[in-house]
Amino acid sequence: MSPRPITEDDLHAYVDRVLEPERQAEVAAYLGDHPDVARRVASFGDQRDQLRAALAPIAEEPLPAELNLSRIIEQRSRRPSPVRWAMAAMLLLSIGGLGGWFVRGALQASPSGLVALAQEAAISYSVYAPDRVRPVEVRASESAQLVQWLSDRLHRQVKVPDLTTAGYRLMGGRLVAGSHGPAAMFMYDDDHGSRIVVLTRPMSSADQNAPMTPQSQDGVGGFAWADDGVGYSLIGPAAPESLRPIANEVRRQARSI
Amino acid sequence: MEDMLRQVEPLIPALRRYARALVRNRANADDLVQDCLERAVSRWYQRRDGDVRAWLFTILHNLAINQFRQSARRGRHVPIDNTNEDDLGEAAAQEQKLMYQDVLNKLTKLPEDQRAVLLLVGVEDLSYADAAKVLDIPVGTVMSRLSRARERLRQEIEGTAIDAPNNIVSIRSVKNEPSTDHGG
Repeated sequence: MSPRPITEDDLHAYVDRVLEPERQAEVAAYLGDHPDVARRVASFGDQRDQLRAALAPIAEEPLPAELNLSRIIEQRSRRPSPVRWAMAAMLLLSIGGLGGWFVRGALQASPSGLVALAQEAAISYSVYAPDRVRPVEVRASESAQLVQWLSDRLHRQVKVPDLTTAGYRLMGGRLVAGSHGPAAMFMYDDDHGSRIVVLTRPMSSADQNAPMTPQSQDGVGGFAWADDGVGYSLIGPAAPESLRPIANEVRRQARSI
Repeated sequence: MEDMLRQVEPLIPALRRYARALVRNRANADDLVQDCLERAVSRWYQRRDGDVRAWLFTILHNLAINQFRQSARRGRHVPIDNTNEDDLGEAAAQEQKLMYQDVLNKLTKLPEDQRAVLLLVGVEDLSYADAAKVLDIPVGTVMSRLSRARERLRQEIEGTAIDAPNNIVSIRSVKNEPSTDHGG
């Protein structure tokens, strides 16, 4: 079998030493018979070697600080992306609430009663209301399961307030962590996409019964009250007073259980 | 990110070498590499499977090309500081140094796309297929460009092309060349 003809590509692959050994030998034999081509190929090899040698010192240089990859990764994780910004903002909001709460604890008796309840509601609102992906864990379409689940966890019958007369539709709800254990959170929105949250849980010894009190912090506000050992807090983005009729409606329905 | 550090960090010296040889300016080249690394960090989890080295060289090459185009549009020339001897290692003997300097000077006379092939294949040891990926051209075009680049550099070195009018090239001449120049 006569060997395949030698191509220009073969010559370069020969220079780059990437041919199969058999082909490498064929090219070498060809070059032995063709001194002109051999000279040209030798020149290609020389320039390749010279380039490598001339550029090698660059790769030996110590890396400048700007090219320290660990540092670049670190800076990158400190420079927040828009999504990270949103997450950080939500986290800050909740830490702000929690931080205030802890500072309070250091200065006064640990928060209890309505104050603690309202803070939990404000934190839940700050964390979940801005969420566009999963603001609620169980949707309104499965409200029967939602009620069953929350009632089981709170060890008492939970009723979902119906706020349609006030222009708010139930979106759904979820279990959230309160300072005294589980709490039930319901979320509603109106035709403008404005969201409000109702949080309810059993009260500890303090404030078993407490009148409706306006609550406001960090741009969110609402009301908190307690009836017969069960606390409620309604939180929304607006000034507390605009939410008073809705709070009254929640209380009215709760009392009629 | 541990994974990324382990795979990318060892390649940084080669990226620097390629950038420097391509743009011939230390500060510019290191800026490009820094930019490349930042992009690599932010896109690490989006990259498709495949050779990390080819992926990094692709990012770097595209950044370099963008820079060439931008400076061409603004009518500015990318400053070349390859005549600074400190760009080369001190260890080389004087005679060798001169020879290296000479081959690097000749290299700058090649159009940018020929230079890129010569460097990726001949210096960075990318396979022809990976070089094709980096340059976003068919492998056949890599081969024809490599062939032309080597021939051209040979003529430069042997001094046979000095008076040829089309020998005076700038980065801009790249655009005039068809991209499917098979077999040239």
